[in-house]
Amino acid sequence: MTQAKLMQGNEACTLGALAAGLDFYAGYPITPSTEIAELCAEELPKVGGKFIQMEDEIGSIAAIIGASLTGRKAMTATSGPGFSLMQENIGYAGIAEVPVVIIDVQRVGPSTGQPTSPAQGDVMQARWGTHGDHPVVVLAPGNVKECFELTVKAFNIAEEYRLPVVVLTDEVIGHMREKVVLPELSELKVSNRVQPQAPGGYKPYEADLDGGVPPMARFGQGYRYHVTGLFHDETGFPSNKGDVTDRFLRRLQRKVEKAEPAIRDYFTESTDDCDTLVVAFGSSAMSSLSAVRQARAAGIKAGLFRPKTIWPFPEEALRELAMRVKRIIVPEMNLGQLALEIERVSGCKAPVTRVSKVNGELFKPEEILAAIRGDAK
Amino acid sequence: MSDTMKYFRENRLPHIWCPGCGHGTVTGALVRAIAKLKLDKNKVVVVSGIGCSSRAPGYLDFDTLHTTHGRALAFATGIKLSRPDLKVIVMTGDGDATAIGGNHFIHAARRNIDITTIVMNNNIYGMTSGQYSPMTPKGMLGTTAPYGNVERSFDLGKLAIAAGATYVGRATSYHVTVLQDLIEKALLNKGFSVVEALTQCPTYMGRKNKLGGPVEMLEWFKARAVNIKAAAVMTPDKLEGKFLIGELYNQPEPEYTAEYSAMADQVRRRFDAFQGGVRGCEQNSD
Amino acid sequence: MRTEFRLSGSGGQGLLLAGIVLAEAAILEDKNAVQTQSYGPEARGGASKAEVVISGEDIDYPKATDPDYLLALTQESYRSFGPLMGKGTIIVDSSVALSDDIKARTVSVPILQAAADDIGKKVVANIVALGVLAGVSGIVGHKTLEEAVKKRVPKGTEDLNLKALAKGFELASAAT
Repeated sequence: MTQAKLMQGNEACTLGALAAGLDFYAGYPITPSTEIAELCAEELPKVGGKFIQMEDEIGSIAAIIGASLTGRKAMTATSGPGFSLMQENIGYAGIAEVPVVIIDVQRVGPSTGQPTSPAQGDVMQARWGTHGDHPVVVLAPGNVKECFELTVKAFNIAEEYRLPVVVLTDEVIGHMREKVVLPELSELKVSNRVQPQAPGGYKPYEADLDGGVPPMARFGQGYRYHVTGLFHDETGFPSNKGDVTDRFLRRLQRKVEKAEPAIRDYFTESTDDCDTLVVAFGSSAMSSLSAVRQARAAGIKAGLFRPKTIWPFPEEALRELAMRVKRIIVPEMNLGQLALEIERVSGCKAPVTRVSKVNGELFKPEEILAAIRGDAK
Repeated sequence: MSDTMKYFRENRLPHIWCPGCGHGTVTGALVRAIAKLKLDKNKVVVVSGIGCSSRAPGYLDFDTLHTTHGRALAFATGIKLSRPDLKVIVMTGDGDATAIGGNHFIHAARRNIDITTIVMNNNIYGMTSGQYSPMTPKGMLGTTAPYGNVERSFDLGKLAIAAGATYVGRATSYHVTVLQDLIEKALLNKGFSVVEALTQCPTYMGRKNKLGGPVEMLEWFKARAVNIKAAAVMTPDKLEGKFLIGELYNQPEPEYTAEYSAMADQVRRRFDAFQGGVRGCEQNSD
Repeated sequence: MRTEFRLSGSGGQGLLLAGIVLAEAAILEDKNAVQTQSYGPEARGGASKAEVVISGEDIDYPKATDPDYLLALTQESYRSFGPLMGKGTIIVDSSVALSDDIKARTVSVPILQAAADDIGKKVVANIVALGVLAGVSGIVGHKTLEEAVKKRVPKGTEDLNLKALAKGFELASAAT
């Protein structure tokens, strides 16, 4: 254990990235994520890493994909408008299987929206923002310490499964300062991509069709291989054969499915005997936790389920809870995005009530408490 | 022959370009320049975007990266900054580099990052069958300019120079030796280098504008290209309707990745001296 | 036991820093602390707000809901946040005209004047205010706060800021 420190969420994400081995950052300034870029600009030169402020967010994600292909651990950070601009190349990282980490500090959208106010409207963009079916993993820290932990985890998942991983925070978590005790660096699990043994006969995309992950060579090491955003066969060269495309896309999908048990994570409080289950993530979950505790103090059997992985969603755990609770309440700072997933997962075994807030302010606990009591609206 | 062919992925040939297309000629000039400089195959990365030009890297035996439309230079920037020891070459087209990728183009030039950019300019979007590009001359036809292009076109050389490129040349697929020579010098320049290679697109540009076949289009280049050295002693009326080829600009400036490394070395020295080499991350406050 | 502070004034008065120092001092005393702020154009000169929640227990909700203490250094911040006060105490700069409509217990303290006249630097008003806030609330000790201040203020200004802090504690004991 290290010494307790007051730490900002954006800072914790950056320190987590550095602890995971970040050595390349490309980004474009955007509120409320900019502290991440600033800290990377300051820290990376000290540790042999590189920082570049690109001309826009499209260039930023492109640059980190390029950097990752040379073997670096690369990241960018942004907020809604920039995240939208990155979407095409997030798909590129998916199809070319290039590990990268993207931190999205959500603000009120659409468009320029409310740059300095929190929201959670990027739930669906994080999963489906780029076109086509594609692998992506989205992690959602619920406090400052988790900003650190889940950014480390994001790098590990990106490296182990060769895919883009999104850390989805918001203005409240990004900017709040909290007492944090970070783990010792020596206690951290840090994963690195598997590399091929030798250039001879290297087929860059040869892997078990049942969700295998091919070893990844670095550019400049003598492998001389081809990477493209076109569908390609195991040699890496384009193929427009239907069966090649089908096999390839299913392998990408299967990669995440197979990894799900290792990736899925969630937090619960007071769910053992609860009648009312509140499901919330990120900063909404902070308000929800306070509301659940107040409800318990008032003798109401409420509990909290907080997914730490939004995509893939911790389905089994929620489904099991949904079978035995009387109602589910989903507070989120959007007009109902995660609620769709919860309705799907719960199979409507218990009625799902959406509690939306889109005025750029964090939920007050009493607003959620009112919903728990059933006297909302 | 074998010297050049060893840089090709022969099993990827034949290429997908149309009969009479100039892109193969430009690719050949690049490979001959690389062969002449005896570049280590394992230390060259060729990056491209989307379009006819951008298929070239697939035929070359290096680490090759076929990226998204317009973004080759941004991907290449990540590679070059990560590994300044690698020779990074971008192969792009007029639409890829100056329309959708225009922003990355001027900023790569501004940084003077050591990337050699070969712009295959056929004045049209060939891959999507003949729409006008920012390099289509005014008045010419394209499928999206059915009544003649009303937009002005870029002068790519001037654009590159104004944005900060430190080596800029222009040649055509007719002037192959000039082209190869310019690419060779561009590869040697430590900084952002641009070689504009005018190439013929008989299939779309030529047919749509009744410019004839590949031979007529090459003759058109031959008739209108004037070497910048020759142009220096020519009167303006003689230059009417002509365009310049040759070395348009060559002025070395500090290179971006080297400047970054120098800054980082200084930071590390200072940091190690004051912190005893122990990394501690001070909290940033607003 | 959860104690909530709201520090308000105009952008540029350094109230964010004061909030951070208060939270760090609480951590030095093994308490939990969370600091949040409102961002936006107001951070460039308009009304500015920083909040600190301190507790011996786990802090679930990070923002102030019913502040125990409101610091208001300007008329505008007093007008904006004063009416929201319930059980808590308002510590207001003595330059601010008090309103009968604001019912919460109010202590008026010459913070800005003390910074300008007694310390000789208007910019240390935030640290004077911090001393007042700590003195009135008793949330953290003077020694701990000194340690926290020293870690955060620019090098070479430590003595000046410690003087400002002591002045704040002095004003607090005079006012209560």
